[in-house]
Formats: sequence, C-alpha cells, structure tokens
Amino acid sequence: MAGFAAWHRWLRSLPPTRCHPKAVLWLALAGCVALSLADSSRAAEPQQIKIGYLRAPLAKERISLIDIPTANEGLAGAQLAIEDNNTTGRFVGQQFELIDILLKDGEDPTAAVNKLADQNVAFIATALPAAQLLQAADAGKARGEIFINASAPDERLREQDCRANLIHVAPTRFMLADGLAQYLILKKWRRWLLVSGSHDNDKLMADAYRHAAKRFGAKIVAELEFKDTGGARRTDSGIAEIQRQMINLTQGAPDYDILVAADESEVFAGYLPYRTWLPRPVAGSAGLVPTTWNAAFDQWGALQLQNRFRKQFQRFMTPLDMQLWTAIRMVAEAASRANTSDTAKLFAFIKSPEFSVAAFKGQKLTLRDWNLQLRQPILLFDGRNTVSISPQEGFLHQVSELDTLGLDRPETKCKLN
Amino acid sequence: MTNQGVIKQFGLAIVLLAWTAASAAAFTAYISNEKGNSVSVLDTDTMTTVATIKTGDRPRGIEVSKDGKLVFVAVGDDNTIQMIDTATRKIVGELPSGPDPEQFALDPAGKLLYVANEDDAAVTVIDLETRKAVAKIAVGVEPEGIVVSPDGKYVICTSETTSMAHFIDTAERKVVANVLLGARPRAAAFKPDGSELWVTSEVGGGLSIVDPLTRKIVKVVHFAIPGLRPEKIQPVGINITSDGKFGFIHLGPSNRIAVVDGTTHEVVKYLLVGQRVWHGAFTPDGKYLLAANGLSNDVSVIDVAALKVVKSIQVGELPWGVAMAPK
Repeated sequence: MAGFAAWHRWLRSLPPTRCHPKAVLWLALAGCVALSLADSSRAAEPQQIKIGYLRAPLAKERISLIDIPTANEGLAGAQLAIEDNNTTGRFVGQQFELIDILLKDGEDPTAAVNKLADQNVAFIATALPAAQLLQAADAGKARGEIFINASAPDERLREQDCRANLIHVAPTRFMLADGLAQYLILKKWRRWLLVSGSHDNDKLMADAYRHAAKRFGAKIVAELEFKDTGGARRTDSGIAEIQRQMINLTQGAPDYDILVAADESEVFAGYLPYRTWLPRPVAGSAGLVPTTWNAAFDQWGALQLQNRFRKQFQRFMTPLDMQLWTAIRMVAEAASRANTSDTAKLFAFIKSPEFSVAAFKGQKLTLRDWNLQLRQPILLFDGRNTVSISPQEGFLHQVSELDTLGLDRPETKCKLN
Repeated sequence: MTNQGVIKQFGLAIVLLAWTAASAAAFTAYISNEKGNSVSVLDTDTMTTVATIKTGDRPRGIEVSKDGKLVFVAVGDDNTIQMIDTATRKIVGELPSGPDPEQFALDPAGKLLYVANEDDAAVTVIDLETRKAVAKIAVGVEPEGIVVSPDGKYVICTSETTSMAHFIDTAERKVVANVLLGARPRAAAFKPDGSELWVTSEVGGGLSIVDPLTRKIVKVVHFAIPGLRPEKIQPVGINITSDGKFGFIHLGPSNRIAVVDGTTHEVVKYLLVGQRVWHGAFTPDGKYLLAANGLSNDVSVIDVAALKVVKSIQVGELPWGVAMAPK
C-alpha cells in the first residue's frame, strides 16, 4: 500500500525518541506515590479556584435545523465540569467556580480579560475565533492569565502565532483531516474529490485535507469550489433547487472514491449526501465527519457522562460542550494531582510530563510540550453513530500514535517563550 | 489416521480423564448476561449451563448470599437489585439499590449490601434483613468498584472521573480517607489477609497496590502485551487466590487475563481467554477460576494450579460477572 509505505518512510525520517518511555513511567509513578492524599479532615478551609469562560456568540447559520446551537452550547459542558470538579474537590478541599462572560461579535476582549483578572481568575477557557483569542491572550499576559482554547481549530494558533499562555483543547484542522484521512486510506478510498467553500476558514480546511492526502498517500483527483453567493440556506422551495445545484456542482468531475467537503461556514456540504452526480459517499463537513464528540458516543464510560449531561440540561451533549468539559476538568485534574491552587504551580504541572486527563477516549490525553496542544483521538461520526476512531491501527509513531494526527514536533513553527 | 492424529486423540482423552478426576466436587456458578437479560446457571462438575433465569434489564453485578440461598443481581436499566431463590431459580424480590446499580459488595457477616450508584456519585447501604436502604454516602464522580475489607471495618469505593479510592468507615458510614489513583479506577479487591488493596485503572493503564494502613500506593503494576495497542489493555476485574499467591487481572478487550505474583507483584503470565474478559470468580475449592467473556458469550475456565485455560462454556449474551454458590 503506497499510503503506508509513504507513511513509514516519513516515520523513519524523524529524529530518534527524546525521552525513554521507562523514564516517563518512573516519573509518573514517583508523582503518584508522592501525591497520595491526606484525609478529608483537611477540607476545613477549601482552596478556591475560579475559572473563567470567555466566549463569542455562535453562528446560528446551519444547514440542518438539528445543528442550530442552543444558548448554552459550550456553557453547559463547562458547568457540568465545574460540578464534577466540586464533587472531586470535596475530598481534597478544593472549590471551583465558573465566571462566564459573553462578548459581542468581534468585541475587543481586553476589558473582559481585565475584569476576570480583577476577580482573581487565572485560568480562562475560551470559545473565541482566532483573532479575538490572540487579543485576549496578549491582553492577559501581563497579569499572568492562562487561556485554554476550546473551540478555535486554526493551525496558526499552535504554529507561528502560538503563545506561551495558551493551551489548546480543540483539535486543529490538520488533526481532524488526518483522523479522517487515516480511515479513508484504511478503506482504500484513495481518490478524493475535494469540494471547498469560498470563505477563508473553508479554504484553511481544504488546505488541511490537501496536507492529509499528501501525508497519507491519497490522491485528490479534482478540486471544486462552491461559491457562497448569499441566498437562503433553507427556503420553502429549496429542496428541488438544491437537488439540481448539487448535481451541477459534481457533474463532470473525474471518477473518485469519496467526496471530501471543506465547508466550515455551513453553506453547502450538508446538501451533498445522496445528491451527487455519481453515487459516492461524502465525508468531511458532511457525511462522515471527524469530530471530538457526538451524542451517540458510549464507549469507555462515555455513557455515564452523556447520562449526567442529559439529566441536567435536557439536551444532547455537543463537541463544543465536551471541549469545554475537558478544558475545565484539566484545571481540576492538575489541582487535585498537584494538590495546589497556586496558578504558577498548576500551570507548571499541566505542562509537565506527569500530567494527563481522562476524557472518555480510552487513553490518557496529554499535552504536546512544543505548542501546548492536547493530543486526542478523533471520532468519525456518521450523524447517528461513531463509525471509527482514529488513529487507525498501523499508523505508527515513535512517541505517541496520537501524534500521527496533526503537525508533529519536527514540523512545528511554534516558539514558546 | 496419521500418527499425529492418534497422539492428538490420545492427548485429548488424557485431558478429559484428568478433567473428570479433578472436578469431583460440583459447585454452582451464576453468570450475569448483560445483553441477554438473564443469569446462566453453570454446574462446575459437568462444566455446562444447566439453566437460564430471566432477569430485569442489563444485569451486571452479581453475588450469592453467604448462606447460598439467594443470588443478588444488579439490573441497572431497571434501577434495582433482584433476588433469585437458588432452590426454585425464581426471582423472589427486589432491593432499593438507588439508580443504575452496577457493582455491589456484601459485608463479611452477610447482613449489609453496599451499592455503587454510578449516575448519582453515591454509595447506598442496604440492610438485607429489612430489605431497606439505611444510608447513602456521597463519593466521587462515577463510583464504580466496591469492596468490603476482610475485617468488615471499611468499604472501599472507586470513582472513575474523580480517580480516587474512597475509604468508608462502616461504623460511622462516612468517607474517612481518599487515595488518588491512576485515571478511571475500575475494580477493587483486598488480599484475603487484608494486607493489600488492589485497584485496576482503565486509563491509568495498570494495577495500583495500596497499603490499606498508610493508604498510600506502594506499587503500580503495568501491563504490556506484544502486538497489542495499549488502549486495548483495559484492566477490569480482580480475583486474588485465597492464599494470596496469585492475582488474576481481567484485561478486557485484550482478551487476556494477567497473572500477577501476590508477593513480588510481577506479571507471571498472560492467559488467552475469550473476548472482552470482564469479571470472574473462583470455585469454592480454589481449583478453578471462571471468567466472563463479554463479546464471545462464554466463560473461560482456568486451572489455577496449572495457570492454564482448560475449557470455555457457552452462556448468554454479553456475560459480565460470575458469582459462586458456597459449598
């Protein structure tokens, strides 16, 4: 298989392992032994840890009515994490509080960051677009604020524009594209028709699929662009019109195995399945979608989190909810393992090799020390069920198989300082 | 017939002879079938399923009362624990377990039952005489494993998201200590002499050995099987021999049971069993360990002295746990 061969060649070209696996294990073990906790009588005066949630309004434009975000999308995940943190915190004398700030579209976040700093908030989880997030991270730098990006997928935030006070829980576009690509290679669906939207974020997603195709040995047989010329996404007479549009769009392309759509802006991809000229499956922004979570995911204890979430919020848990849950849990996980509420110590522990967080993915999630990106498996969701979970078997890596997803250490442009 | 064939046949006859000679004492084992919504009754003499009892929805945790008269089975989706009369093999009652019961444990006197309520971050205490819930103790997020210390003084409950073993004083009925463990602790078991508490961790990737006196982790045993991805090795159930010599750790989707030396805590051997091995129980004479294989719908029989898998027995759909009637 050409894909595997190319992959192995690439793997062999990497520098040797830096850290002996056994050394890591002993460090972790020493950490564990050192951290066995005192009894609950110490819980007399709990350590207070306030966590901020800074967010921008979510776009309401979605192709499917089912996908329109609720007012508390993301926030609910953060709130549940705070509750879980406090259940755990009871036993170690730690108390967590969430301070939620909703910015206006495009608003300068500086004032909000200062307000959070004034309230002794040191860790701020965010659901902000890249530009606003960088503004926030830079505004908070002088006051020692640490940000946890739970939504922005942009590579640049982890590469040339990375920040030393910015952790990333959200996967990057490259991670998502690689997760999907590995599965398509395994299925031998190597000929892709790439259809991308005309907005900047769609183009970045298309770049990620091009990179993934090259990395894993898929061939993009042709590329098409769907221009967003405005107009209604859902109209009373839309179905007939859309049916014709999608045929016109995909007619005349050379034969392919699967259509890969890059449409973060939700303009057209949702209309592709069952409407293409050739009878072919769709993946990417519709069909088989790479994601961090879905409401049907029930492996590795996930059912318990889904149950807890639905009981409390009377709706399904979304990827953004899960990313917020993970971001907030990371702070508490560090606080209980390092037994401290001191910001500098917490941040140092989160960045140390001993740190990991369990997020119902069957393995521990750790941070890439070169750009503070959380390593994580990528779920492939068909809208009803989880079809597969990447990394796929056979895609090997000398450090962590999770590093077969997204840009790796030798490729990084990030300089943390 | 080839020579090899003859040898094979002959060898099989010897194994069969040895089998019948070894299993002179007949015991009864009860297996909960999570998806089959039933309990399979096994005869350990013939090593066959002799009866199947219909239960409520999603039976998982299973125990036999100390007098052998009742089987308790947690039916999670029905939010209760059902009681089966071992003589008539009929369901004779229910216990107020609290929501979604999965694992539970009997105290050494057989009077109290401690239930982990996974969705409720609590442990429910049930008085078996009055069949009433007498206490509810708050623990960490997603309580899972539960065990009573051999002296009956403590109940240990593990919580998966909180990643702790909570020590509950059985007299005071409150949490008196917490031990932070590898991520997502699953099952807990004491060495029969009470000197060590063993806890498996799903994501932490191993088995923590805890000193119950100092309440500190003294060692973490890690499992590695060549050719298997680490996430396939999920330590779940624990069975420790009555002499404390060996512990059998059920490794879930790796389809293996690790045999751990009770003194050195080294992994002695990996036994290949059925698919997604979850929990097990020893025959009362300690000669065999029966392990439930969820995805292959069977029970593996392990010869404890030989450390060998000797037989597999078909049971119901998605077998989860095994309980053994006393003899």
